[in-house]
Amino acid sequence: MPLTARPQRPRVGLFVTCLVDLMRPSVGFAAVKLLEDAGCVVEVPRQTCCGQPAFNSGDRDTARALAEQAIAAFSSFDYVVAPSGSCAGQIKAHYPELFAGDPNIARKADALAAKTYELVSFLVDVMGVTEVEARFDGTVTYHDSCSGLRELNVKRQPRQLLATVKGLTLTEMKENEVCCGFGGTFAVKYGEISNSIVEKKTEAISASGAHTVLAGDLGCLMNMAGKLSREGKPIAVRHVAEVLAGMTDEPPIGAPDQRER
Amino acid sequence: MTARDEIFATIRRSLGVKGTEAPRRHIVQERLESAPKGAIPQRGQLIGEALIDLFKTQAEAAMASVVEVDSAMDAPAAIADYLRASNLPARIKMGDDLRLAAMPWGDTALEVSKGRSDGQDLAAVNHAFAGVAETGTLTMTSGPENPSTLNLLPDYAIVVLQSKDVVGDYETMWARLREAYGKGQMPRTVNWITGPSRSADIEQTLLLGAHGPRSLHIVLVKG
Amino acid sequence: MTLHVTSPQFKDNAHRALQDEQLQKAMGNVRQGFIDKRAVVAAKLPEFEALRDSARDIKNHALAHLDLYLEQYESKVTAAGGHVHWARTAEEARGAILDICRRVGARTVTKGKSMISEEIELNTALEAAGIRPVETDLGEYIIQLRGEIPSHIIAPAVHLNATQVESDFRRVHTHLDPARDLSQPVQLLTEARGVLRDRFLAADVGITGANFLIAETGTSVIVTNEGNGDLTQTMPKVHIVIASLEKIVPTLEDVSQILRVLARSATGQEMSVYTTFSTGPRRPQDVDGPEEYHVVILDNGRSSMLGTAFQDMLRCIRCGACMNHCPVYHAVGGHAYGWVYPGPMGAVLSPSLIGVDKAGHLPNASTFCGRCESVCPVRIPLPKLMRHWRDREFERHLQPATLRTGIGSWGFFARRPRLYRLATSVAMRGLALLGRNKGRFTSLPLAGGWTDYRDFPAPQGATFQDQWKSRKAEGRR
Repeated sequence: MPLTARPQRPRVGLFVTCLVDLMRPSVGFAAVKLLEDAGCVVEVPRQTCCGQPAFNSGDRDTARALAEQAIAAFSSFDYVVAPSGSCAGQIKAHYPELFAGDPNIARKADALAAKTYELVSFLVDVMGVTEVEARFDGTVTYHDSCSGLRELNVKRQPRQLLATVKGLTLTEMKENEVCCGFGGTFAVKYGEISNSIVEKKTEAISASGAHTVLAGDLGCLMNMAGKLSREGKPIAVRHVAEVLAGMTDEPPIGAPDQRER
Repeated sequence: MTARDEIFATIRRSLGVKGTEAPRRHIVQERLESAPKGAIPQRGQLIGEALIDLFKTQAEAAMASVVEVDSAMDAPAAIADYLRASNLPARIKMGDDLRLAAMPWGDTALEVSKGRSDGQDLAAVNHAFAGVAETGTLTMTSGPENPSTLNLLPDYAIVVLQSKDVVGDYETMWARLREAYGKGQMPRTVNWITGPSRSADIEQTLLLGAHGPRSLHIVLVKG
Repeated sequence: MTLHVTSPQFKDNAHRALQDEQLQKAMGNVRQGFIDKRAVVAAKLPEFEALRDSARDIKNHALAHLDLYLEQYESKVTAAGGHVHWARTAEEARGAILDICRRVGARTVTKGKSMISEEIELNTALEAAGIRPVETDLGEYIIQLRGEIPSHIIAPAVHLNATQVESDFRRVHTHLDPARDLSQPVQLLTEARGVLRDRFLAADVGITGANFLIAETGTSVIVTNEGNGDLTQTMPKVHIVIASLEKIVPTLEDVSQILRVLARSATGQEMSVYTTFSTGPRRPQDVDGPEEYHVVILDNGRSSMLGTAFQDMLRCIRCGACMNHCPVYHAVGGHAYGWVYPGPMGAVLSPSLIGVDKAGHLPNASTFCGRCESVCPVRIPLPKLMRHWRDREFERHLQPATLRTGIGSWGFFARRPRLYRLATSVAMRGLALLGRNKGRFTSLPLAGGWTDYRDFPAPQGATFQDQWKSRKAEGRR
């Protein structure tokens, strides 16, 4: 949708994603802040999962049921935004495929796909955001999560906004477009192979010299954080939204909570 | 049912066709006759000196060596120089190509023998049908004039190429080949050769001279 | 025929591969070499993406009219004096080749690199018939000496290092001086060149594969860098081409389009060194070339892939870019896949050819990172096709019960949003409490696949939806 065609204050349905909902709500609140700062009205309809784990496991019936649920919950919004390239990619790239044989639902699936975005690319490409009000002191490196990168062309947008975070220096790791080895159920089904892939990733992360690694997908982040922590590497792991929103009070992913309570 | 019949039957069943449909047959005939070209790289769409330069650059990038001579009369001397510079005996093998035969080999000290290679020749000379500038690729056609073995067996392959035979892209080369051999007809072998033989099968280390020539030398005749 | 399939043991194969330090080092070469070179040549050709579209469209067109182009191809081969043999199965293909070899009394057969030859296990059949097959592609020659199958479709010996090759050469080339220096790759190459040169000159029959079959002219095309394929088909009296039926393309123009993306995708070269177009046997005036020219066209289940979702796979031109860019292939190498076709293309093709019951692991062993599809020169949607296999496995209950149960119970809650909120709300608070001090779990029941290798980050506590609801309620107050 071209910039001129969008409403002044669009109603955005936040597809928070089940991982953020369950594991790291702070990413959801960071997303809300970024969307509101960009002039959106954010709502969070009751939701569960986009259905990708079922879809990727060959369970099309469950995948379709969950997709229909999401279509019903989100159809009324101007836009649907997820702090994840993977879940946004499921809606945008795969919902239409799921209902290709069913014209009634296919129409709705296509309509939802057309207005669904990954958070950071939505901010930049649709809302025209060019800078953020945030401060984060230190050197970070950025991992390009696969679905966002290859299904949704998320690449330059996070870097563009990170460049406007005060105190932040971005240093690219080698092979930043290579998979971290998460792959949803793959990480458990083929744990040993997944481990070999994430080992190469953590090696690239530490070689970059950054003290924090960022990405736009919680699955990848948990995988990288879990490996860095197992390897005893003192590198913080965060969702890019937390840094862009200036909401980094919560401990990094997988780090102990040392705040007074 | 023969294997052939059953394979065709399965293909047609899978595609949901009978094989007799006139529109399908027409589409296929049309494509074979018109041979649409697709996407042609701009890179080769040059003329004159620029086209020749591109051919040279690309051939050299593929690790061939290129020397230019003013006329075909100068080719034997250039080849003699090349052999001398490579510390090779002044001996070459070649086929019956009339263009090669018309060159003044007698003005050099080269010992010339004719025919195919049996694997004992260190150096051989063939005449190219064409050169394609977009990738520095030679087009060699088989026959008694330029036996295929001469492209393959000697350690040093030498190829004479006329500037007028340098074209920008493969499609232009095919058009010329059709003019020479007839539509739908091919010589037994058409060899596209881009640089000397090589292999990277051991630890991805690129090495020249795997089975074919270790060296490919192109004598480009101007004019 | 399926004697050597170890695909069902994929996990064990992978485990061994991951422990194999030498292999891991060799796979590092793949990660660095192929990928950068491809990226450089692709960037140098502005039309590269348009050519990928063109290549895809040509293959789609050829497949949609496959019966007619095969008829045309056959008639042109015959008109040029060649012979076409049709084989429904691997066994029929082996039979056709053995018949020709026996008729001409062949004792030695040189071979160009051919994946179809691997698929039909031709060497075993030749040896059983008392005919000596000699692989001439350097990589294929090395793995033949070792009794292995290729670990990569264009770089068959990519899993080996020079020291291993040296010891194989010393073991087999016993006629050479034992004191010779073979410490450098170039010395290994020179030795192989010398040994194989004699074979080329002595062979009775040469067998090559084909990258393409051109309908317009009845031509078979091979692409090599070494020139071994050319010597294989030029020196002996008989040239046999073995190719699967989807190799057909309509015209010389069409093959030129695809050749522009083949080498660039495969090795990162603008063009391979030798691209050879062969049409029939030698002509009356020719002084070299084979006296007989045969083409054995293999189906082996491919015709049944037409008209299905897997028709897209028949576009594959065997460049290897998918495996060069695959993190799983980089981790485990080609042999772990357990049959002749490794990597993403093998994960899609192998279940079609040997059955999803045997090859079922392969389409599952993917993170769906999509890098294969992003570099495929004919734009095969490899992850989508792997997912199609997973659909079929799910329908047939072929996947592990634990996965089915896991997805099933997740689905149960996810389809009931109220229950989901209730359950997750309790579970996350509990987990958060347990994990708060360390921020992570070092082991979790039922998630050994994860926690054997890495920690599991602890959740923050109350779910987002719970917190959002309370904030809204506060806001209204």
